[in-house]
Amino acid sequence: MNENDSNIVAGMIIDEEISLTLDEVCRACAAETTVIVALVEEGVLEPSTPGGETDKWVFSGSNLRRARIALRLRRDLEINLAGIALMLDLLDEIESLRAGQLGQQ
Amino acid sequence: MEFKDYYDILGVGRDATDKDIKRAYQKLARKFHPDVSQHADAEERFKEIGEAYNVLKDTEKRAAYDQLGENWQQGQEFRPPPEWDAGFEFRGGGAGGDSGAFSDFFESLFGHGFDRPGPGSGFRGRGEDHHAKVLIDLEDTYQGATRTISLQTPDLDEQGHVRLRSRSLNVSIPKGVKPGQQIRLAGQGTAGPGGGPSGDLYLEIAFRQHPVYRIDGADIHLRLPVAPWEAALGATVKTPTPAGVVELSIPEGSGGGTRLRLRGRGIPAKQPGDLYVELQIALPPADSDRAREIYRTMERELGFNPRSDMEART
Repeated sequence: MNENDSNIVAGMIIDEEISLTLDEVCRACAAETTVIVALVEEGVLEPSTPGGETDKWVFSGSNLRRARIALRLRRDLEINLAGIALMLDLLDEIESLRAGQLGQQ
Repeated sequence: MEFKDYYDILGVGRDATDKDIKRAYQKLARKFHPDVSQHADAEERFKEIGEAYNVLKDTEKRAAYDQLGENWQQGQEFRPPPEWDAGFEFRGGGAGGDSGAFSDFFESLFGHGFDRPGPGSGFRGRGEDHHAKVLIDLEDTYQGATRTISLQTPDLDEQGHVRLRSRSLNVSIPKGVKPGQQIRLAGQGTAGPGGGPSGDLYLEIAFRQHPVYRIDGADIHLRLPVAPWEAALGATVKTPTPAGVVELSIPEGSGGGTRLRLRGRGIPAKQPGDLYVELQIALPPADSDRAREIYRTMERELGFNPRSDMEART
């Protein structure tokens, strides 16, 4: 294959230190603002100041991943937002249980 | 291409009602949803289930599909009969955001029927963001790496039909990326309509299963076999780490399950993870007279009862 170094694109890790605005989260998820706001109200997503004005919200990188999982679950399984919130919490719990088991097997 | 038996995929009969189909879909979707399921082939199964449901829940598509006849078998070589869909009108939609993921079989039957907004509507806006998943090796996050990924982007041809266009992109995987994290590549999404700015491309990072290491966030776990005397007397042993072999000092009096932490030797993220080494005592086989003799000597001379603690508690 033809390697061409000038064609390598570098990206930026979306981690805890990245801050995203409500607009950016909506765009990255291809979601309506109202849906993302509803996810915040349900406690699925946690911007810096959930009670404050929406245009001042700042989301950390992990919220983007949560939002995308939530939207997929909503689209594919037709679960309401409260159900999604519960599922994401349980998924987190399963993940930490699995991590804890690693040392014990 | 292979024929897909959508009824078989959902596990329903050809006479199933809309409600039966929905129920079957939801049950399978919960079981195989890639965000939830631990099945190895969850992603593939889920795609198949979604495709089957997309057709069978839609009265028009289902009627057209039924018209192909009952005699086809799952996986059989298939060509759509000419003009097979004459008289059917697909109103489109319903394929969801991931319609590009459906099979060739689906595309050959229903792919051209979808209505999409045509080009040239004069609207200028920002292009869509795209998402893709990239599978990397654990070693890649220690050293950084370059990956060529191929992307399929839906595109409109001259007639305004949707088709998939492939392009490949060389992406540098930054050092310290953790599983589940996203990498944003600015301007690598869809071009904006009417010359607007392009969208971004998001890559979600997943790690290939490693035969030796397990990954937990930024931490790495490793199970290290040691000889009984290494654990009992202490030793310095060579231990693999994703960054290379290190000399690990095992403290005297260690046991099976003892965990040693190598601080900062996990994934080199901004807050580097740790490497946990769990000792696993490996028994030398008693496969010679000499070995058996040594075991018997230990039995005689050590007076060791491994269950004394347990007996005291029961």
